[in-house]
Amino acid sequence: MSLYNKIIKKSIWVFHASASPCNNCDIEILDLITPGYDIERFGIKLVGSVRHADVLLVTGIVSHKVAPRIKQLYEQAPKPVFVVGIGTCTIGGATFKQSYNRAGAPLDKIIPVNAFIPGCPPKPEAMIDGIVKLLGTLK
Amino acid sequence: MIFKYLFYLLIFPGFLFVSVFGMIVGWVDRKVSARVQFRVGPPFFQNFYDIFKLWGKEVILVKNSPYFIFVIAPIIAFASVLITSTLVGTAFFFNLGIGGDLIFIIYLMIIYSVALILGASSTGNIYSSIGAGREMKLLLSDELAFILVILVPIIHAGYKIDLIQILDYQQVNGMIIGSASGIIAFIVGIICLQAKMAMVPFDIPEAETEIIEGTLIEYSGPLLAFWKLSHFMMYVFMPLLLVILFWGGISFASIGSIIAGVLKYLLIVVIMILIKNTNPRVRIDTAIIFFWKYASPLALIAVILAILGA
Repeated sequence: MSLYNKIIKKSIWVFHASASPCNNCDIEILDLITPGYDIERFGIKLVGSVRHADVLLVTGIVSHKVAPRIKQLYEQAPKPVFVVGIGTCTIGGATFKQSYNRAGAPLDKIIPVNAFIPGCPPKPEAMIDGIVKLLGTLK
Repeated sequence: MIFKYLFYLLIFPGFLFVSVFGMIVGWVDRKVSARVQFRVGPPFFQNFYDIFKLWGKEVILVKNSPYFIFVIAPIIAFASVLITSTLVGTAFFFNLGIGGDLIFIIYLMIIYSVALILGASSTGNIYSSIGAGREMKLLLSDELAFILVILVPIIHAGYKIDLIQILDYQQVNGMIIGSASGIIAFIVGIICLQAKMAMVPFDIPEAETEIIEGTLIEYSGPLLAFWKLSHFMMYVFMPLLLVILFWGGISFASIGSIIAGVLKYLLIVVIMILIKNTNPRVRIDTAIIFFWKYASPLALIAVILAILGA
């Protein structure tokens, strides 16, 4: 394991990109920074600008309107960057599977995705577990 | 001779010491903030990890923008902060200085803000421009109060503008904070430092929840690391400057006096962190009104009291 990968595991800045969600997963993501879960103890921080991000947390079914924008957002992030799809919506569409406005594909047909965290919405513990597992794959 | 100056600039009161110590104080800030909010807070080496990680990220330049200003602005800001901290550090630890260093320090602090304004407005991002405009207004509002605050020890020391002479005066005649004008100027000075460092009641230029880090929004990778490092270094020299100006610096005569010097510094840092954690962000017009209507006249009263000898 290289030194850089060892360090980047301890300092993850997270950008929250919502691709037409129902807001449920977004509220659960905000739970992560409350005193109950406090992900700052792992060095994880929510940032407002995609230029500072190490991980993109994408929520929601990707609608036709949002699909090019989420692609643009991925291109704007400085590499190395990881993408995590939060919620069942990014995989199969969950409740909105039949929606006319769904881009019709899971998120990884649009941008490269490193991990999916299923759940509607996933619990904060599940999200922490998912991100820790993603970082465990870093060599 | 030249090696001695390089040692001052790069190792002891300069780059190595101030950046490492600044990151530790930055950790104290995050940890105390976390404890105030009933959280656990980040691990001790968190800021070191963050800066190291930023060095390995990609730098993205904005298309159709003046790259040169975008790249050079964080380096100018870092250089001005480095020279300021070296000047303050040599005066604090070695009792050394150059002639007229207080004027030099005031100028260098303005250069940091000017570099921030230039770098932010070169990108063409809307939030970044809003941040640059707010930084400019904040600079215009806090500068007068800050200069008036610095005038108080200058007048007390008999119109001397060297840090050394102010320290010498305080060794003979007692600390300036003991006088009526000194205590008023010290309180206004802490509020001015809060605005200079863009800490929470006055973090208007980089309001994270409002204009998403405003001035720094387009910076990534090593350039962002320069900005973050400059900000950590300000945690060291800004409170030290107040300790020198009002609280008689540090003396290395005995262990007790060294501990007293460190405690003075820590007390100012903790007061600043507690102000940060117990106040909401003010609007830019409120900040201007606060500084021009209340803080500057209060500092002016302190200056008049100092001239009268109180």
